[in-house]
Amino acid sequence: MFGKDFFRNGVHPPEAKDLTADVPIRRVPFPSQIVLPLRQHIGAPSVPLVKKGDRVERGDKIAKAGGFVSVAIHASASGTVRDIERRPHPDGSYSPAIVIDVEAHSAQMPRPRIIPRWEGLSVAELLQAIQDGGLVGMGGAAFPTHVKLSPPADQKIDMVLLNGCECEPYLTTDHRTMVEYPERVHVGTRIMMKVLGISKAVIGIERNKPDAIKIMRDSVPADLDIEILPLTVKYPQGAEKMLIKAVLDREVPEGGLPMNVGVVVMNVASVAAIAEIFETGMPLIERILTVTGSGIKKPRNLIVPIGMKLRDVLNACGGLTDDASKIVMGGPMMGPAQGNLDTPILKGTSGVVVLNEAEAHPQATYPCIKCGHCLDACPVFLDPQHLGSLGLHRNYMEMYDKNHLSTCMLCGCCSYVCPSHIPLSHLFGVAKATLRSEGVKV
Amino acid sequence: MSEPRLLLTASPHVLGPDSTPRIMWTVVATLVPIIATSVFFFGPSALLILLAAGGGAVLTERFVGRKGSLNDGSAAITGILLGLTLPPGMPLWMAFLGGFFGIAFGKLIFGGLGQNPFNPALLGRAFLQAAFPVAITTWPTTDGAWSALRGDNFALPLMSPHSVDGTTGATPLGLFKFENTNTGFGDLLFGNTSGSVGETFGLLILLCGMFLAWKNYLNWRIPASIFAAVVLFSGTLYLVDASTYPSPWFMLFSGGLMLGAIYMATDMVTSPTTNLGCWIFGAGIGILVVVIRVWGGLPEGVMYSILFMNAFVPFLNRSTRPRVFGQQPKVKKAKEAEAKS
Repeated sequence: MFGKDFFRNGVHPPEAKDLTADVPIRRVPFPSQIVLPLRQHIGAPSVPLVKKGDRVERGDKIAKAGGFVSVAIHASASGTVRDIERRPHPDGSYSPAIVIDVEAHSAQMPRPRIIPRWEGLSVAELLQAIQDGGLVGMGGAAFPTHVKLSPPADQKIDMVLLNGCECEPYLTTDHRTMVEYPERVHVGTRIMMKVLGISKAVIGIERNKPDAIKIMRDSVPADLDIEILPLTVKYPQGAEKMLIKAVLDREVPEGGLPMNVGVVVMNVASVAAIAEIFETGMPLIERILTVTGSGIKKPRNLIVPIGMKLRDVLNACGGLTDDASKIVMGGPMMGPAQGNLDTPILKGTSGVVVLNEAEAHPQATYPCIKCGHCLDACPVFLDPQHLGSLGLHRNYMEMYDKNHLSTCMLCGCCSYVCPSHIPLSHLFGVAKATLRSEGVKV
Repeated sequence: MSEPRLLLTASPHVLGPDSTPRIMWTVVATLVPIIATSVFFFGPSALLILLAAGGGAVLTERFVGRKGSLNDGSAAITGILLGLTLPPGMPLWMAFLGGFFGIAFGKLIFGGLGQNPFNPALLGRAFLQAAFPVAITTWPTTDGAWSALRGDNFALPLMSPHSVDGTTGATPLGLFKFENTNTGFGDLLFGNTSGSVGETFGLLILLCGMFLAWKNYLNWRIPASIFAAVVLFSGTLYLVDASTYPSPWFMLFSGGLMLGAIYMATDMVTSPTTNLGCWIFGAGIGILVVVIRVWGGLPEGVMYSILFMNAFVPFLNRSTRPRVFGQQPKVKKAKEAEAKS
């Protein structure tokens, strides 16, 4: 048995997962156009391999990795490259993207390919396959999978930790993945264990998903040493550092990575994606996506091609209700609000949450009353109240120098509890972005 | 699908149920039973004092403060709390002046809500104590007709109040300090003593405090550490010499300790933000209260103890920040740097 199942602080937002928790995953018809931004992951943007007018087939590599911390991008539907141009990106910018006009009869079933058996491949070949497959973390951060799986030689890894917490409210992507594709998760775990040369894995799942816990337990193959660990329902249980603390009682040093304490953390959907490369031969061209919230007519769990536009996704779910007023990509605690329906779904987009007018209505802000609730909520023990007042005065350097701004992961707990509705995590995000633009590494 | 009107705001897109006005008005709501019992004990005088002090605070906030700042409820709390700490027989104009002073010079002058270093209600009271030392220490008893005024409430400003008709008597603390007389514990618990408008019914104040602590609208560590410090310190003295020093239970339930510990010291703006800071803050108040009551010239010291510790809050906040997640101890860091070089 592992850990104390405990990390300090955090918050308990309403879960709101029942809208889609029991809705089976379904495919959707292809849209008429796909937009694939070259910047979908952390690290260097991908480099296009196609040009205007090229015909591409579903699964074709259309952009190669732009460096080691980068991955390939593949066409998610067959069609013609319309252009490589700036298109809306979920982060609010217009970013270079490969735009594909999809053929009317593009098949969802890929043409037969030669699928290598992973058991026969060397570690280097597996890593290459994973990078070529365009795999990134699908829980939101989109960190290239092969980089996570290539720790430096002096870092001893003794544990793979699978993240099945899905602590963001509303989302049921990982939940449904575990319920409907448990074998894929297990196969993906085997491949990761082989790459890392270890024999032990743990899957942490929040207790609000009893069906996923049961199915994952029942489906574990006898020869696989993997433990399914139910965890307390608390946000941000799924944050790497919190999860490692809760499961293994290890504390990732400030500024460090999970590998510094011998752990690789991977979201369950990303693990299932590893298995999929060797099961169907298909790279990462589609993903499971929860489309939910009170502002959508038919909340569903979908398999959508990467690059499908928000507009098409919403239409596949019956469209917006009349009082829909805010669209969030990802979970409501950390996901950015979207203003353009032509924004595409990326590899790391775990959900689309549509809030109605009453839920989205902005709250009046008041001066800080120094209640200290933010200190009690911060899972990394910062002083958000003090950081916030520095942020309001644009004293960014002092936030970074003396107040551990880099440790903040923008989880939003402080903003959630603030009775004066001061946008604390937003201030910290702005501070980080400003410092980065000035060349400070935060 | 026509283009919807979409709202763009920063995450998180769900917010907790609390809001600053909600916290403030809930505190006001918990004061209602305390006000009701004070009116039961001290008659219409209690209500008049509360209205005067509250009026002074609220009108000042309305006409001197920022537009709309009345809605957050903090001025109402200040006014009511000030009223609860005043003797029922006090001239109303003094109470009104205290409310004005507390808000204007205790809060607005620093920039309004959230900016003041000292508890505004206590600052208003400290001003009255300095300006009108006699009026603020003239305590009516709970005897006599309910409807009779407990003093010359309607004295005109700057005129000396007429000699009062009602009976006056010392508070339990005054009795103990100057006449060496003890007050029954039951009377203390249920507020059947002379004293300020709202400080006497200790048990009720404690219950209201527990409700607020359960709602997380006050940090329970502050009253807990005040009580612990008072009981431990005065308990030690009591064990040493029970004939000179009062019992710790008397200390807890007499004077303004209960009201101060639950409603004044826990004022969010003027108390520490860190939990460790709250423990130290409360302990400091508790020790000071015992020191002033036992060895000081005044029978009561809750107000000065809290105001004194208020001054330490910025220092406590800075020096008790928790260790950041994953932060290495300084010694270890230095060693690592050494090993690297």
